[in-house]
Amino acid sequence: MESFIINVLNGMSWGMLLFLISVGLTTVFGVLGVLNFAHGSFFMLGAYLCMQIMHIAPSFWVGILIGPLAVALLGVVIEKTLLTRIYNRDVSFQLLLTFAILLVIDDAVRLIYGPGYHVVEAPAILAGVFPLFDHSYPIYRLFLIVIGPVVGLGLWAFFRYTRWGKIVRAAAADREMAEGVGIRAPLLFTMVFALGSWLAALGGALAAPQQSLSPAMGERIIIESFIVVVIGGMGSFPGAFVGALILGLCESFGTVFAGRAQMAVPYILLAAVLLIRPRGFFGREA
Amino acid sequence: MGNIAWKHMALGMVALMLLIAWPFCLPTYWTLILTEIVIMGLFAMSFNLLLGYTGLLSFGQAGFFGVGAYGCALMLSTSKPSLAAALAVAVVAAGLVALVIGYLCVRRDEIYFAMITLGFGMMLFTIAHNWIGLTGGSDGLPVMDMPSIWIGQYEFTLFDPVNMYLFVLLIAFLGTWMLRRVVQSPFGLMLTAIRENKQRLSFVGANVQWLRLTAFVISGALAGLAGALFCLFNAMATPDFMHWGFSAKPVLMSILGGSGLFLGPLFGAAVFFGLEQAITHFTNNWMIFLGAILIPVVIFFPRGILGALVDRMRGAAQ
Repeated sequence: MESFIINVLNGMSWGMLLFLISVGLTTVFGVLGVLNFAHGSFFMLGAYLCMQIMHIAPSFWVGILIGPLAVALLGVVIEKTLLTRIYNRDVSFQLLLTFAILLVIDDAVRLIYGPGYHVVEAPAILAGVFPLFDHSYPIYRLFLIVIGPVVGLGLWAFFRYTRWGKIVRAAAADREMAEGVGIRAPLLFTMVFALGSWLAALGGALAAPQQSLSPAMGERIIIESFIVVVIGGMGSFPGAFVGALILGLCESFGTVFAGRAQMAVPYILLAAVLLIRPRGFFGREA
Repeated sequence: MGNIAWKHMALGMVALMLLIAWPFCLPTYWTLILTEIVIMGLFAMSFNLLLGYTGLLSFGQAGFFGVGAYGCALMLSTSKPSLAAALAVAVVAAGLVALVIGYLCVRRDEIYFAMITLGFGMMLFTIAHNWIGLTGGSDGLPVMDMPSIWIGQYEFTLFDPVNMYLFVLLIAFLGTWMLRRVVQSPFGLMLTAIRENKQRLSFVGANVQWLRLTAFVISGALAGLAGALFCLFNAMATPDFMHWGFSAKPVLMSILGGSGLFLGPLFGAAVFFGLEQAITHFTNNWMIFLGAILIPVVIFFPRGILGALVDRMRGAAQ
């Protein structure tokens, strides 16, 4: 029972990080129609910038506030200068362009910070552990479990109730129609891409105290968030949430039941969903 | 028309002669580079059967490349190693794995296909990395005993770079020739039809899923052949051959060279290694340059470098 609860908590904290990444990926795809391969690099950049800012102003909260905003700004620049040129191209070219951006960002980080690992300390309030049965459980993970749904609810409320959110949903549902009723699509695309970049970087900054930083940290998360959006259904908000939670829990319980084969769990899940429901849990038509 | 075909044939013969003469005129170092170009060129052309002809972007081809490499390494570590058997096993094993994975992947297309192939490619990487008993884990499987090739009473050892290069060139030529036959066959035309308009093709009664799966298996099997050659060339198979960073290579080569042309990916492989040589000369961070080169290629030369050259020549000819 104890280990069950601990596994649930572990799975949920990892799942919530996956959710933050996947929801950005899925929103950008839903509106812009572009699958952003560099999304994991934004995640990694968020973590590194948070670390960099903490060197200047030694507070995690300043880092987590400014780091993701800086990445969002980079997102604006990338969208304005590069992505706008390829919206009417074949999807594989869009994917390749974002892949080229990934190469540049990852290698630039490697050039600046070196290929080694870095550590970010959690803020004092969240640093400790709290007793759970006979064990102690890190408070920071509980913080992640709480922050995931908070950001999720915030986004949901934004999409549901604000004017901007409605505009985004309208554009995602029917781009041409949205332009027809006077929505300025280019501006909207830039804002949505910035939002997606911000979410990825926020996830990275939140992950920083929990995992060591390395230029390759974006790699694992982008592959897993691809799996999340395929099993949840691309472009679907609840799909990203449910998919991330399921993947997080499966991986956490995989360590218990599957031992070394645990690393294959995400792929088995992917294969199972493709066999039973190729469009994903919340996916629209195949 | 016949005139042009003859011209192409003559051009091809000259190119082949130059490729064969190359190692006798240049230092060993360049023979090694050229061997790698030929192997990766075959890998990229096999990948391009999916991207350029069928319109499917696979990000997991390194998985099959790696299966071929491991198949070859395992066959050569048996008590009676044989090159022919090693290559055959590599091709068959890679084809079979591609059949299973392809069965799942062809259910989706476009970006989903890219994401799913990436996932399953990484699954193969994970298996190679963790199944230490079979694959040796992250250390890889070394090839200790490389059988020589006998022509009459003359023995040619593959430990000699020039012999290795000529052997690779021969096998890659056969692989390319097979691929060319596939592309020009009615089946190849069906694949092009899938790329252009898959609904329309299914309306006239073709089984699009099955055609795609067949293309996937052929592509995977030839990737396995390239992987086996790469295993011989490096005298080992490692999990890195299966990593998605490796899957990206044929994608980049095809885009650099031009995915619309049969030999585009081979040309792209040459450009790729040429750039790598030039750039790693003064910096270790060559990926950042590769990315910086790729961005304008994707935006301004969607048909690749060779594609742009060919377009230009055709434009000038008219």
